[in-house]
Amino acid sequence: MNAPLTAPANPRNVVASRSLFLPLVAAGLFLLLVIIGSLIYGAGPVTPRKALAALAGTGSDEAWFVIRELRLPRTLIGLATGLALGIAGALLQAMTRNPLAEPGLLGVSAGAGFAVAVAILFGASTATLTTLIAQVGALAGCSLVIAATRVQGLGNDPVRLVLAGATLSGLLLALTSMLMLMDQRAADEIRFWITGSVAGKSLATFQATLPSLIIALTLVVVVARPLAAMALGERAAVGLGHHPGRIRFLITVTVALLVGAATALAGPLIFVGLVVPFIARAFSGPDIRKTLWLCLPIGPAVVLAADVASRLMAAPAEMPLGVVTALIGAPVLLAIVRAGRMPSL
Amino acid sequence: MSHSNTATLAADRITLAHRRFTVAENLSLTLPSARVTAIVGPNGCGKSTLLNGLARIHAPAAGAVLLDGKDIHRLPSKDVARKLALLPQENTAPEGLTVGDLVRFGRQPHQGWMKQWSQEDQQAFDRAVQAADVKGLVNRALDTLSGGQRQRAWIAMAVAQQTPLLLLDEPTSALDLGHQIEVFELIRNLREQGKTIAMVVHDLASACRYADHMVAMKDGKIIEEGSPAEIVSPELVQELYGVSCELLHDPATGSPLLVNVRRNNRQPA
Repeated sequence: MNAPLTAPANPRNVVASRSLFLPLVAAGLFLLLVIIGSLIYGAGPVTPRKALAALAGTGSDEAWFVIRELRLPRTLIGLATGLALGIAGALLQAMTRNPLAEPGLLGVSAGAGFAVAVAILFGASTATLTTLIAQVGALAGCSLVIAATRVQGLGNDPVRLVLAGATLSGLLLALTSMLMLMDQRAADEIRFWITGSVAGKSLATFQATLPSLIIALTLVVVVARPLAAMALGERAAVGLGHHPGRIRFLITVTVALLVGAATALAGPLIFVGLVVPFIARAFSGPDIRKTLWLCLPIGPAVVLAADVASRLMAAPAEMPLGVVTALIGAPVLLAIVRAGRMPSL
Repeated sequence: MSHSNTATLAADRITLAHRRFTVAENLSLTLPSARVTAIVGPNGCGKSTLLNGLARIHAPAAGAVLLDGKDIHRLPSKDVARKLALLPQENTAPEGLTVGDLVRFGRQPHQGWMKQWSQEDQQAFDRAVQAADVKGLVNRALDTLSGGQRQRAWIAMAVAQQTPLLLLDEPTSALDLGHQIEVFELIRNLREQGKTIAMVVHDLASACRYADHMVAMKDGKIIEEGSPAEIVSPELVQELYGVSCELLHDPATGSPLLVNVRRNNRQPA
């Protein structure tokens, strides 16, 4: 045992770590493309050619105005939404060890959505307030999910947890519909918001969510290593010096901050938190730390790509973003469930 | 091993309870240094509970577990993890996790915010995969390994923690005979390197063979404690498991061998 060790020289000791470099670069490039796409495609008279000219500094004032005032906020909101939902999905899936644990499917988004609907009914309109209320709703939803996974039988069965989540989502949606009967003005606002869209939102909404996104990402940095150890089981995590209860609490708060912010920005989008980690895991392997890194570019790219598609699919009209993400996400869900054997996390 | 400075682990009159149901009361135990201690006893006697209590998984309702004389629950968990490694009974790993990935987790107690994978971590890693003989498997996914290989990989993770103390909860319960021997011999090698080891063992025969010190439990109490040769007797076996047997001595090692084990006439245990 005391033989001198030539540490990294032996190639057999070099752990086959899946390199993140290529996937990160590829996802980054794709993200860049969809950002440009999001800035140049859209309804109205500013065609891609005019928009490109404006971006190059040679376009008309009108084109520049449309880009700055309409498409840039929309792009930023799409970026933030995708980032938040992708990370939140990856965290929730790692903690519940359930590849189907998606904030949208499990009722976390519905909790945030219901809270916002109540707020709209009572006349809340400032972006900061809406964000906060959405986060409180998400926290309630997320706590319910975590509590449910601690129930014997529910926690170990991915599909049953999703059924429980669907029930909660359905209930909250029904309650939201009841709210809409109470006030016509609020009903219109809620209806517009609840289908999920990043259009027609002001930069103020984006700015209102920024602090909580920063806090959430900081928490992710703190919690990533212990969360990775939780994949070895709770006792093993304790053995390595971690505190599972503390980790669960931090994850719950982080997911609530992220999903609340995303819901305040774009309405209760489902499937994004499923699709993004699903793609990321294909390249990252089982380590949540790597998955989270990849979710950073993939999340925004998926939502922005869906948003650009929503503008093009039914041009000159627009499909709601929530419809497009559902169209993309439903087949992915079916693919995971049909894969015969659920991948264990 | 050079990093294994010593540490002592003791239970001081601990009471362990699951909710309101008391599993074990007033247990005291000191693990002999650089020895393998086997905790044995019938199902439900509280042996795993005791081990989990020692490993600070299970907080005692009364009394204290003392690591180097200090209450283990008052020490920062990360500090404890540098002195005490644990191999839980039910191990789960995400699909596709490699042996190397797993063993590297063992370095977490030594890492910090700014301290990522260091030269020291790499050396500890190299020694651990060497000691547990999983060097050739580091790039293999755990789910492609045999039960014995997988268990050795888990032990390698605990070894990478470079702790003087190692606790194992039924490390061989799911393994066939060959793999059991493989794991027990590894445990014995770790003792040779100076580790203080405690393990819950289901099989009394293996405990006799591989333990230096034996703790026999029944109904939440320690009824005998000592070297297997000292304490294992037909009477003890009768009391623990309610079966009769005769005792021989292994000609090679001198450790007790149970033979002619049979149920007696439903005599109360």
